[in-house]
Amino acid sequence: MTTSAPARELLDAPPPPARPRTRRKRPRLPYLLIAPALLALLVGMGYPLGWQVLNSFREYGLAQQFGEAPAWVGLDNYIALLTDGGFWSVLIKSVAFMAVTALATMVIGIGLAVLMKSIPSWSRIALQIAMLVAWAMPIVAQMTVWNWLIDDRNGVLNYLLSYLPGVDLVGHNWLVDPWSFFAVASIIITWASVPFVALSVYAGLTQVSEEVVEAAQLDGAGGFQMLRRVTLPILRPILVILLLLQLIWDLRVYAQIELLQGFGAAGDKYDLLGTYIYGLGIGQGHFGVAAAAAMIVLVFTIALSWFYVRELIKEDQS
Amino acid sequence: MTTKRSPLRPLFTVLALVLAVMWVFPVYWMVNSSFQTSATISGLTPTWLPTSGSWTNYRAVFSDSTFSGALGMSLAVTGIALVVCLVFAFLGALAVSRFRFRGRKSFVLAVILVQMLPAEAMFIAQYKMISGLGLLNSIAGVSIIYIAMVVPFTLWMLRGFVAGVPADLEEAAMMDGCTRFGAFMRVTFPLLAPGLVASGVYAYLQVWNEFALASVILTSDQSETLPLWLRNFAQPSSLGMIEWGQVMAGSTLVAIPVIVFFMIVQGRMTSGLVGGAVKG
Repeated sequence: MTTSAPARELLDAPPPPARPRTRRKRPRLPYLLIAPALLALLVGMGYPLGWQVLNSFREYGLAQQFGEAPAWVGLDNYIALLTDGGFWSVLIKSVAFMAVTALATMVIGIGLAVLMKSIPSWSRIALQIAMLVAWAMPIVAQMTVWNWLIDDRNGVLNYLLSYLPGVDLVGHNWLVDPWSFFAVASIIITWASVPFVALSVYAGLTQVSEEVVEAAQLDGAGGFQMLRRVTLPILRPILVILLLLQLIWDLRVYAQIELLQGFGAAGDKYDLLGTYIYGLGIGQGHFGVAAAAAMIVLVFTIALSWFYVRELIKEDQS
Repeated sequence: MTTKRSPLRPLFTVLALVLAVMWVFPVYWMVNSSFQTSATISGLTPTWLPTSGSWTNYRAVFSDSTFSGALGMSLAVTGIALVVCLVFAFLGALAVSRFRFRGRKSFVLAVILVQMLPAEAMFIAQYKMISGLGLLNSIAGVSIIYIAMVVPFTLWMLRGFVAGVPADLEEAAMMDGCTRFGAFMRVTFPLLAPGLVASGVYAYLQVWNEFALASVILTSDQSETLPLWLRNFAQPSSLGMIEWGQVMAGSTLVAIPVIVFFMIVQGRMTSGLVGGAVKG
């Protein structure tokens, strides 16, 4: 497989041709070059990470707010979290939210990509531009405009839905019921993430070459067989990477949930992991327990990312 | 993926256009509402076109001193983070794609993994660090974290561009008498300009749009960046009213530069995220 420019050489790329003149100097130069980036990562990510690991084993209570040093409590913070029904409920909600949103995004995105393949180019370009514009919207602007769309009094959604026979939704607030609240969040995030999936899968589909398709047709492959034996195997790597990215991104929805809570009713019922950790740490000052909860999210994300990194490197090397 | 034309093609075309309208509608509605007066916007029926539009809402936003303050803050934070990040990431990308050295593999892995970390898994610790340094609500405090957040993907993108310029070109220039540094500056660097622009725009988008960390570190009204300003601007007044026209004007102002810049780099960004899985 040939690869695109930003992905040409990776971890096990062949060594650059030897340059005898500079060989003696070489060992120091690459370390000097990565030093600034490494330093930035150590300061902005490494140090906080170290703090977080240590402090997930310490207790921050009332005494610490008056300057007393936090005491070491071993695994107490983790035990407190894992025996707390509230944490489990947030964790399960977050994982379910992640799975449902990522799956919906993938299904709609793949559907749109297939659709784009079978329409005339002028309508495909219209759809692509619409997708790009939606994708480009900053999260705060997305959430603000969606909140205006679903506004209970003057929102256009309630106005349009009330045209359906037997439906009168004018004045209905979508953010009061927790189920409805999370459904709205999931729809907004799906709306915002589908373009990336649809455009990437479409790019993948255009690489299924005509010859391969014709050869398979000559060999008597029908529509379903074509999909199962030809198209899907070629698309598999891109689909795996996209699904992993969606899962990772749909777990980190602090900004969206926090903004939606700001517009609607705030409270424990509307929390996912991000807002839960915020409430524990910055809201209530329980930094030890918050650090432990953040560590759980971190480990979970790294586990998911590990698969992503492996796929990315595999693709880059092929 | 048959090459035959489906008899359903006209139906698919209509479906595609309906979907295009669905996807673009929220953005259209934002712009449309931003041109309407509060009287038309709070009417019982929506106004679908901004035909009787006015710039009143935009004037109101511009005359709001909190907007110009937030704009200044966003420009300062983005400017600092962008310049520092580009320099750091560029040097790192050179090292990773032009040299082989011990620890290179671990460095690249660390870079990709850091880029995947969610803000919420780190922001408590980052808040404690910045607050310990006495840098809450300061440009320096938020920039330190932003640089660390944006360097990884920028480095990853630039690595691809640097690797795309063959080292042979530099060798040839060195044969012709250039020093190693001279060869790099005269041959490789100009070829990397488009890559630097694309990566720079990407880094700009990340920092300009960032909300989660800003909401933790920049808590005072005087230090808010544009995303925080928009959130606060969209809060109901003491009477429980929201001036939706003005809020949408503010939202449009925040979104338009982002949409424009996004269009420039979209293709490059996608190939950075999915690696070689899509060959553009």
